[in-house]
Amino acid sequence: MRFWRTPLDADKMKVPRGELHIIVERCKGCGFCVEYCPRDVLEMSDEFNSKGYHPPKAVKPENCVNCDLCEMICPEFAIYCLTVEEEPVPAEGGQGS
Amino acid sequence: MKADPTGVRTGTLYLDGDRAIAEGAMAAGCRFFAGYPITPSTECAEHISERFPEVGGIFIQMEDEIASIAAIIGASWGGARSMTVTSGPGISLMMENIGLAAMLETPCVVANVQRGGPSTGLPTMVGQADVMQARWGSHGDYEIIAYAPQSPQEAFDFTVKAFNMAEKYRTPVIVLLDECVGHMVEKVVIPPADAIELEPRRLTDAAKDEYLPYAYGDDLVPDMAIAGMGYRFHVTGLTHDERGYPDMSVRCQEWLVPRLVAKIRENADDIVDFDEEDTDGADVVVLSFGISGRVSRMAIDLAREKGIKVGFFRLRAIWPFPEKRIAELAKKIKAFVVVEINLGQIFYEVQRCAAGRCETLLSPHAGGGVHDPEDILKVIEKGAKVK
Amino acid sequence: MSPKGVPEAVIAAVSAEEHPIAPFLRMDRMPHIWCSTCGIGTAVKALAAALEKLDTDLDKVSIVSGIGCTGRVAGYVRLDSFHTTHGRPIPFATGLKLANPELTVIVFSGDGDLAAIGGNHFIHAARRNMDLKVICVNNFIYGMTGGQVAPTTPLNALTSTTPYGNADPPFNLCHLAAACGANYVARWTALHVRRLTKAFGEILVKPGFCFVEVITPCSTLYARKNRLGTGLDIMKYYHDNTVIEHGADPADTDIVFGGPIICGKFVERDRPTWLEYQDRHLGEILGDKYYRGKVVQGASER
Repeated sequence: MRFWRTPLDADKMKVPRGELHIIVERCKGCGFCVEYCPRDVLEMSDEFNSKGYHPPKAVKPENCVNCDLCEMICPEFAIYCLTVEEEPVPAEGGQGS
Repeated sequence: MKADPTGVRTGTLYLDGDRAIAEGAMAAGCRFFAGYPITPSTECAEHISERFPEVGGIFIQMEDEIASIAAIIGASWGGARSMTVTSGPGISLMMENIGLAAMLETPCVVANVQRGGPSTGLPTMVGQADVMQARWGSHGDYEIIAYAPQSPQEAFDFTVKAFNMAEKYRTPVIVLLDECVGHMVEKVVIPPADAIELEPRRLTDAAKDEYLPYAYGDDLVPDMAIAGMGYRFHVTGLTHDERGYPDMSVRCQEWLVPRLVAKIRENADDIVDFDEEDTDGADVVVLSFGISGRVSRMAIDLAREKGIKVGFFRLRAIWPFPEKRIAELAKKIKAFVVVEINLGQIFYEVQRCAAGRCETLLSPHAGGGVHDPEDILKVIEKGAKVK
Repeated sequence: MSPKGVPEAVIAAVSAEEHPIAPFLRMDRMPHIWCSTCGIGTAVKALAAALEKLDTDLDKVSIVSGIGCTGRVAGYVRLDSFHTTHGRPIPFATGLKLANPELTVIVFSGDGDLAAIGGNHFIHAARRNMDLKVICVNNFIYGMTGGQVAPTTPLNALTSTTPYGNADPPFNLCHLAAACGANYVARWTALHVRRLTKAFGEILVKPGFCFVEVITPCSTLYARKNRLGTGLDIMKYYHDNTVIEHGADPADTDIVFGGPIICGKFVERDRPTWLEYQDRHLGEILGDKYYRGKVVQGASER
């Protein structure tokens, strides 16, 4: 995270983290979650579920900030995020650094 | 349970049949009415619109008959006793949703003040040509209960009965008036509220997670839950299983639909309702209902003056049809004379049940007026001559 | 290999019941029947999320739907739910609401069900400002029956009953609802999940006839017949072509094939509900004699 100057509450800032859960058998491979995840966490996998659809897979799970967009947009109720308690992630302070 | 006195206008009143239906409904606990004006039933809606605000009911004139029947079904699921009133063109519109009521097993009452048909027909004049439609009007297999009052007093009494049967069997019930009974003014005696016995709604007391909307016992009628009780049930017009969930399979259809039919048929003895007079030893039995029943009496008197042994069989409940009694009577008499203001509808039911054991003759009338008793007499005489 | 302390995604082994929205759905009926990339599931998810945030006893919330793909919604939501006849959820819901005004009654159905066969009921319920929450999923086509033209299908679109392109001018449902007197009129697409959830949350507590139109992709039929790609391509179209104009005059929000989709909360007003009109008027005329008691009969008898 880049800032012009170190925020006064930099030591208290936390970036949320999410634990992604994918219900593979219910996925119908629509691709909404992959397309609209703001953190590019997901990609369509090459695996199949038993209906022949390609479910998503998390390629960058560490990027997940628990925004819940995938959970909200999935028409199949096949993906959701749980909040993970996380230590504060220190912000990089100062100009440009 | 006893009637709620708020809705019971105890006393001796002079009412037409339409208004008697309204009073009967209120006495039976009806507190939701959705309807659309149609001659000759409009007086009922007008009367209710005047009385309901003082009785605690909700009256709404809907945009059409289809909205009316849909609204009364919805209201029933909301817990209200609900009714609509219409005539031929309106009940034709309502048929799809009467089927929905039968499929969902919704208690509600539909009164049809019959008029001359088909189509726009004779809006202000009598007919009795909707009797078969009451039974077979909607698509698919189902059974119906239908009453045919012959007087404003009976319009009151049978409407109360209709509500009771609707609750007891979780079915739509049709009250088949005709324009004459609807518009004639006669004395109606309304008893005190505690003399009116009402059938309570069969609400379930099952545990929330164990309730099955369409599981049933020996009487073939499931217990009902209404919206807001917390059962979170689902009901659908699609063929459904005991959970109320759609299951489009032959197995489920065979599980559900025969029961819907059997629910009425196997309880027919409890529902069938008729008057018999002088049928013992009769040669000819005149069978009729509604206003035609009253007109037939004059024909019967004329026939008796001529020495013919005539009995009288009057249907009070038309559906389910009293098959057993007709079949029994057919063995002992020479002929049935069916008198109806149509070109033959109940006639075929009588003929079916008589099964050739006696002659079945029709005294028809195309509609718009009542029979000339002389015409009925001619058919009685024909019946008397049967070997 | 993920950095220390960051969890891997948990895949597959999770049972369906654990989805956070499970308490609001009939999990014993999942998976639902809707096609891949159909937006109805997203609309249902938004409703479930709105119900979750709602501070009301959900036993008193009922949902009524009609016939069609969207009509199947009633069967999947865990409320007192009614799957009625084609075009008739609105009058059914009217009766349900008037019999027990404590209920919050949602009507969740499709564009064909509500605006074609159900059109008459739609305009009258809006005129009366009947206290119903009407959610119309508009996919511009009759999906369940195989892709026939709907009263919302844009001109020139191909459907199974307009094989040469649609020449049947469509409705603008928001304009219709607003003109008839609805208390709340909004349009969103299946892409705008958060705004949709917020809109549902607003209508669940707002009295009167509240209407939310949800523009959704129909991949199998509308998209395929009109070569619009997959449902995902349609979502991208929404992304690129939606214009948000709160308070826009609904008359100016027509949807044209290939054109922009104007979304937003167009109308929010406070006309009295039908029952309020009744109570006020009959109370004035009849005074103490007016009595609108608890219409529910037999609820506590056995």
